[in-house]
Amino acid sequence: MRVDVPVSGSHAKAAKLPFEPEAAELEPLYEKHRKIYPKYVKGFYRSLKTWIGGGLLVFYFVGPWLRWSRDNGSPSQMFLLDMAHERAYIMGVEIWPQEIYYLAGALILGAFGLFFATTLFGRVWCGITCPQTVFTDLFVAVERLFEGDRNQRMRRDRGPWSLDKALRKGSTLITWVAISLIIGWTWEIYFNEAFTTTKALLEGRIGEGSPVSWGVMGFALGVGAIFFVLAGFAREQFCIYMCPWPRFQAAMYDEDSLVVTYETWRGEPRAAAHKDTDFTNRGHCIDCKQCVQVCPTGIDIRDGSQLACIGCALCVDACDSIMTLMNLPPGLITYDSFSRQEARAKGETGRYRFFRGRTFAYAGLMALVVGIMAYGLLGRSNTGITVQHERAPMFVSLAAGHIRNGYDFKILRMAEEPTTYVLSIKGLPNASLRAVFYAETDQPVVELPVKADSVGSYRVYVTAAKAVLKGKATDFTFVLTDKSTGLVTEQQAMFAGPDSTTNP
Amino acid sequence: MSGVIEHDAISGQTTNGHEWDGIKELNTPMPIWWVYTFFACILFAIGYWVLYPAIPLGDHYTRGVLGVQARSQLESDLAAQAEKFKNQRDRIAALGVQDIAKDHDLMSYALKGGDILFRNNCQPCHQAGGSGAAGFPVLSDNVWLWGGTLDAIQTTLIHGIRSEKDPETRQSMMPAWGRDKLLTPEQISQVSDYVVAMETQHAPSSGPGREIYVANCAACHSSDGANPISDGNQTVGAPPLGSGVGLYAGPNKAVTKDIVMAQVWNPRHGVMPAWADRLTPSEIKELTLYVHELGGGQ
Repeated sequence: MRVDVPVSGSHAKAAKLPFEPEAAELEPLYEKHRKIYPKYVKGFYRSLKTWIGGGLLVFYFVGPWLRWSRDNGSPSQMFLLDMAHERAYIMGVEIWPQEIYYLAGALILGAFGLFFATTLFGRVWCGITCPQTVFTDLFVAVERLFEGDRNQRMRRDRGPWSLDKALRKGSTLITWVAISLIIGWTWEIYFNEAFTTTKALLEGRIGEGSPVSWGVMGFALGVGAIFFVLAGFAREQFCIYMCPWPRFQAAMYDEDSLVVTYETWRGEPRAAAHKDTDFTNRGHCIDCKQCVQVCPTGIDIRDGSQLACIGCALCVDACDSIMTLMNLPPGLITYDSFSRQEARAKGETGRYRFFRGRTFAYAGLMALVVGIMAYGLLGRSNTGITVQHERAPMFVSLAAGHIRNGYDFKILRMAEEPTTYVLSIKGLPNASLRAVFYAETDQPVVELPVKADSVGSYRVYVTAAKAVLKGKATDFTFVLTDKSTGLVTEQQAMFAGPDSTTNP
Repeated sequence: MSGVIEHDAISGQTTNGHEWDGIKELNTPMPIWWVYTFFACILFAIGYWVLYPAIPLGDHYTRGVLGVQARSQLESDLAAQAEKFKNQRDRIAALGVQDIAKDHDLMSYALKGGDILFRNNCQPCHQAGGSGAAGFPVLSDNVWLWGGTLDAIQTTLIHGIRSEKDPETRQSMMPAWGRDKLLTPEQISQVSDYVVAMETQHAPSSGPGREIYVANCAACHSSDGANPISDGNQTVGAPPLGSGVGLYAGPNKAVTKDIVMAQVWNPRHGVMPAWADRLTPSEIKELTLYVHELGGGQ
């Protein structure tokens, strides 16, 4: 049985809700996607975006193909994150997995750099350099090439399907797919050697035994597919809904950051106009809506600074061109700070304040991170030691009162040339050493050769007389000397022995 | 008790008709994506039951159409590994231990194999790392009963020590000086004192113990048959009594008079299996190299 319980009327007043829902709150949170057709505009910011974005694209696509000669059989790619062999090559620097903190440092530096840029110039990352913006610009340019500018695209999309429309849309899609595949493949060859992997792909060798494993292929296609969807279709949806960056912009701006601003005090009240309109008692905005039409996220900047404004400043270019036509001064929409706008609204000239506490703080943090990383990189030793004491047995009693300990001794050689190291002991008088395969009899020092750019593993035995030991554990030092450079690396170790109370 | 199904205007849903102490429950349907995912899971389960081993049936189980078995997967993995290391395995099978010991890359492979074989076969008696126990020789020191060269170790592994199965096994027997009344109890006590003193490198240069030792024990326990300080005889497996390392004392423990007297009176004789019928010749070579490199190899 179904009974309708009405909310309105006396019945509702009797059962009072703990809150009063307003009409606006009952609006659904879901907004249907409407396609945005950004119009092409010429101007300073458009040129800036084209040049910088183009440069970034060139760097991205050309990067993996650049070469850097390395002597010892390491790959000759300038930028390579070789996950399979656990090495990162960035020009002359080779990072081992033990040094992944350099990557962390680079990411931290990138984050501080973003904060620094935003606090000075607003959302320049979003509008000019973000991969989403750059690739979307590229994809929109392709769309414009095949399907025409804004009005033509809108007209064609509204109209019926025809051979012409199918060919145009098909060409756009095919070009997008081709670009996406190249994007995905370029992504992969930052992680796999570019020439050998691409050669294998072109020869059709995929899967077992080929540098192009199914994993590589999957990632290339996956990354390509992601950019196809993001740049071809999602576009501003990514910026507005998916990306976290816009959400904490409020913390990055202050009243002195440059942002894309509509000069309300100058533009309002707005009304239609023509060349001979008198602008004395009205705003300069002629409501031509060019700023809305060129916007890639489809917002109206005259509503104010908002989350969906990615700071690309194309509306600045559009409005400037209109203002010039109307013989009005440009800059109705401009890159300016809130404090300056306030001042100018009152008729004063405001100041630019680039040197303020916040910018110094960010710059200082960046300098600190760079300093720490530089100190680490320059002071890096090319030799590392790892010593693991044998646990079973802790020590062995040899004939005639000597005690022997075993160690798994690893030498990390992080350099391009092989060398021989001389291993000796400090802190155990008259101790002797053996190294399996390299020194089969007890000697005061042993020589251990290591190949370039690799870890040498050795089993080292240290023998000492009971008399020099201090009970169950005696500390001593391994001293490793690089024969070719004389560099000395030391490592503390422990020598286990019998408890002095149980054995005389 | 089924109650009255009501319609809630705020959410637009109906209640499910039940009421518990005045509390009612809205009958909001599951999100449709959830329902479809659920159906997909059911279809997947049916497919899985058909293709893969699924239902236990007491002493057997449904095998699945694809015939996937963990055992056959293991076999194919092992075969792939054998193929990967075919070069090393063939060379170890072909070369003798002395030649393998000279090749660094082959040694790394052989020692790793020896390590695993040791854990599976030898560790139960000889303990981890060959550290030994009372009655089970320490393999990582430089005191050897039957010889510590590569050939000696290989022979010991192949034929064992006093093993019933192998006629070529290493054999020796220590006379039961006490049980068979070959020495008087007082003589046994004196010679035990001498042995304890020898083990700590304080052997007296004269005395009854020394005389008994030279007359009775040196023939086996000294390499030249006459040395009053015992340095062992690896041909007959007679331990060196002057090394401070005692088989029945245990690793890193001092040799006491009780232990010596017990062994002299009624000796224990250790038995080690002959491994030739349980390990392949290559495995025995790997074990030989591994034991040799535990630190005491000669």
